[in-house]
Amino acid sequence: MADLRSNFIGIKSPNPFWLASAPPTDKEYNVRRAYEAGWGGVVWKTLGEAGPPVVNVSGPRYGAIWGADRRLLGLNNIELITDRPLEVNLREIKQVKRDYPDRALVVSLMVPCEEEPWKRILKAVEETEADGVELNFGCPHGMAERGMGSAVGQVPEYIEMVTRWVKQNSRMPCIVKLTPNITNILYPAEAAKRGGADAVSLINTINSITSVNLDTFTPEPTIDGLGAHGGYCGPAVKPIALNMVAEIARSATTAGLPISGIGGITTWRDAAEFMALGAGNVQVCTAAMTYGFKVVQEMISGLSEFMDNHGLTSVDEIVGRAVPKVKDWKDLNLNFVTKAVIDEDLCIKCGRCYAACEDTSHQAIEMGEDRTFRVKDDECVACNLCVNVCPIENCITMKELPLGEVDPRTGRKVEPYANWTTHPNNTAANAG
Amino acid sequence: MPNDQSTPGIVAGRLSADQIAQNFGDLHPPLDAHEARVAADRCYFCHDAPCMTACPTSIDIPLFIRQIATGTAEAAAKTIFNQNILGGMCARVCPTETLCEEACVRNEAECEPVQIGRLQRYATDTLMARGGHPFTRAAATGKRVAVVGAGPSGLACAHRLAMKGHDVTIFDGRKKGGGLNEFGIAAYKAPGNFAQAELAWLLGIGGITVDYGKRLGDGLSLDDLQKSHDAVFLGIGLAGVNALAVSGNHDGLASAVDWISALRQSNDKADVAVGRDVVVIGGGMTAIDAAVQAKLLGAETVTIAYRRDKAAMAASEFEQDLATSKGVRILYNAAPKSVGKEGITLARTATKGGKLIETGETLTLPADQILRAIGQTLDGAPGGLAIEGGKIAVDATGRTSVAGVWAGGDCATGGEDLTVTAVAEGRDAAEDIHTSLTGGA
Ligand SMILES: Cc1cc2nc3c(=O)[nH]c(=O)nc-3n(C[C@H](O)[C@H](O)[C@H](O)COP(=O)(O)OP(=O)(O)OC[C@H]3O[C@@H](n4cnc5c(N)ncnc54)[C@H](O)[C@@H]3O)c2cc1C
Ligand SMILES: Cc1cc2nc3c(=O)[nH]c(=O)nc-3n(C[C@H](O)[C@H](O)[C@H](O)COP(=O)(O)O)c2cc1C
Ligand code: SF4
Repeated sequence: MADLRSNFIGIKSPNPFWLASAPPTDKEYNVRRAYEAGWGGVVWKTLGEAGPPVVNVSGPRYGAIWGADRRLLGLNNIELITDRPLEVNLREIKQVKRDYPDRALVVSLMVPCEEEPWKRILKAVEETEADGVELNFGCPHGMAERGMGSAVGQVPEYIEMVTRWVKQNSRMPCIVKLTPNITNILYPAEAAKRGGADAVSLINTINSITSVNLDTFTPEPTIDGLGAHGGYCGPAVKPIALNMVAEIARSATTAGLPISGIGGITTWRDAAEFMALGAGNVQVCTAAMTYGFKVVQEMISGLSEFMDNHGLTSVDEIVGRAVPKVKDWKDLNLNFVTKAVIDEDLCIKCGRCYAACEDTSHQAIEMGEDRTFRVKDDECVACNLCVNVCPIENCITMKELPLGEVDPRTGRKVEPYANWTTHPNNTAANAG
Repeated sequence: MPNDQSTPGIVAGRLSADQIAQNFGDLHPPLDAHEARVAADRCYFCHDAPCMTACPTSIDIPLFIRQIATGTAEAAAKTIFNQNILGGMCARVCPTETLCEEACVRNEAECEPVQIGRLQRYATDTLMARGGHPFTRAAATGKRVAVVGAGPSGLACAHRLAMKGHDVTIFDGRKKGGGLNEFGIAAYKAPGNFAQAELAWLLGIGGITVDYGKRLGDGLSLDDLQKSHDAVFLGIGLAGVNALAVSGNHDGLASAVDWISALRQSNDKADVAVGRDVVVIGGGMTAIDAAVQAKLLGAETVTIAYRRDKAAMAASEFEQDLATSKGVRILYNAAPKSVGKEGITLARTATKGGKLIETGETLTLPADQILRAIGQTLDGAPGGLAIEGGKIAVDATGRTSVAGVWAGGDCATGGEDLTVTAVAEGRDAAEDIHTSLTGGA
């Protein structure tokens, strides 16, 4: 059993798996049970100002996308921040932190964009002895209409300003949670860094409508005949989140800024991928909401087995390992040539590769009379589509052509590494 | 002329050696990695999962299946072995159709449970193939425990005790360990000498000495064991078999357990003799196993005669289907009356007012071989222990009526007579022994 202990911006937890700020962390009862189940830390459900609590809809607040066998792939929600009174949340936070000193407890916050409300709530949170705060600049529905959440997260200047207030008015570590509903994730990340954030966390949910009821012509989930866009999360958003994490990890302007990775993490492998792309730890919401708190046990055992098999003794050894390999397109080797190869023994003769290639790609697969399928090397551009649509694992694979071998498609020998920047067709490069 | 299926009498070589070898291959072949993924994908990761409750050793089934689904079969195996150190054998022999898989919620919607047994085998095979032993021993306690019987209950008890740091000596009357895993379980359920491989792997924990050929009651007494050890666990199984109360004599009449044991110990199944017309008397797992294996060896006709009706049969529906799919005929409501040159004569029976009665009709079947499988009995239990319903009386933690002596498995009261139950009882007794040796209750 590998040592999974994590130290994220000075906040220690027995493992790098935290529950993200959301319903799983909305009350003491949940958080205690989450800790008992093995979660290393939690970010408490976002707290708002004192006074009359936030009001949620009382009709369905979730919609979903399913894969085969009704596996939940994407979840959409129109829930707001906590709708429980501030003082109740604060009292519970203090109690739980006292009883679980070894677990991380970070408090998520969202108050109006003025310094006084931030000062007030920071003071109140500091008294709970929580480990830090996370600024919710990401919630894309409801609160955003009131100038909070993603309405702040979409304006870098606001992010910087609020972050600075928080750092000036509190000693607590400050994580800035980013919205993916922007053009370029680097702008808000850089703003957070300028404001003095100790870390960023991402992603919050993505603006979405999951489906439309075609009998009533209403978007779903439907509240009394009407619908509003919600926030999308779960396995479906992972690729988007991974890219945003990688962008921050590899950009010179944000390099070294600690990242808490969020978005579709469901298994140990998802977590390890986020960490390899630069996340110092991870946060999970939908997986816990789909499978219960116990899912963390698989994450713990899986990451541990992975580390043992790779001789890794600390989770930090995973963090950022893949970052140097994330590049721009222009850096990729244009002389690298592969060809699809179909294993006839594994092939079940469904013909999906043929349809895909013949109809939509490069007409590089030929179909024999007896439904045997073969790749025409002189046509194959190695796009990988056949590999991706084939229902049989490893039936179609990519074979790399060694240096010096002739590519039957181009008639040219495979040459050593060269990328777009020096390519003869690149007029921009050759102009100077 | 070589023998064939119609050769009269009890002879070997009714089928070609190749055919016999093929017949005795794996009943459920192992899943490959892709099949395991697909099978694992079907698990819903149920809350407070019913399968887990249905498993006598309470393996965390949803967790281990999720671990397989995420490509960590070794972690899955650890989840299994934490609860059931004979998880490898149980994956092969458990009647899952009446245990975990019967409880699977997939049955409700699709009548098709997750293949828990085969997934368990996939995980345990993966870890065992890696070699080495996955557990380490706690610091030595200096306590010595005697375990009598190297069957599933004794082995599970010994392993748990060794893990807790105690020194264990296992005494077994036979020359080989494994108990019925080695001598009883149908050959096609655990091919490839798995029982011995698993035994060697289990002993890899260290701290366990096995003393073979040492029979309690034969130069070894409970008193002696108690004097030389801090605690004693009895896992002696059911060494006796019930006799058949019929008139007449028949040369081919034998105990099914003995016949299966000889079959299991033969180096080459092609050397095992079997009748042309075989009749097996009984309605449990032993009857099914004897009948199926007789058929696989090439008997021309094999009939199981069971005195009650189908619903009362101890062997599960799955086991009954297995037998009939191999060509065994099951005669329900047929009780043995007499044996002789003509074969065996059975009385037709019926259940009237809850009682089994003979209808007066009889039927005679030709039989060169008659195997009785009408139950095993406790044999060789040391005097002084309270006995209840033919078994050593124990409480929920395996304590017998004698202080310092625990018992579990088939020889003790409680639970069904199954490998997995024996493992659970051995393990739980070990926990209680540990508590009592380290100053607990
Ligand atoms: C033919 C047959 C098929 C079966 N098939 C299945 C199956 O498919 N699935 C399933 O779950 N269960 C099956 N069972 C039941 C299962 O095998 C038993 O429930 C299980 O083996 C019980 O384990 P145990 O440790 O209590 O006893 P055993 O396995 O009987 O082991 C007892 C051990 O104690 C030793 N011993 C006995 N007396 C003494 C003594 N006086 N001194 C020293 N040593 C002694 C024996 O040599 C033996 O090694 C089957 C049983 C039989 C007979
Ligand atoms: C119902 C629901 C409510 C949420 N509420 C909050 C919130 O109050 N504050 C917040 O920062 N994020 C909130 N989130 C976003 C999650 O914390 C997380 O960023 C997002 O769901 C992506 O992670 P996932 O794919 O693991 O679910 C919420 C998500 C869901 C599904
Ligand atoms: S999950 Fe609970 S609260 Fe939500 S709709 Fe179902 S029963 Fe109601």
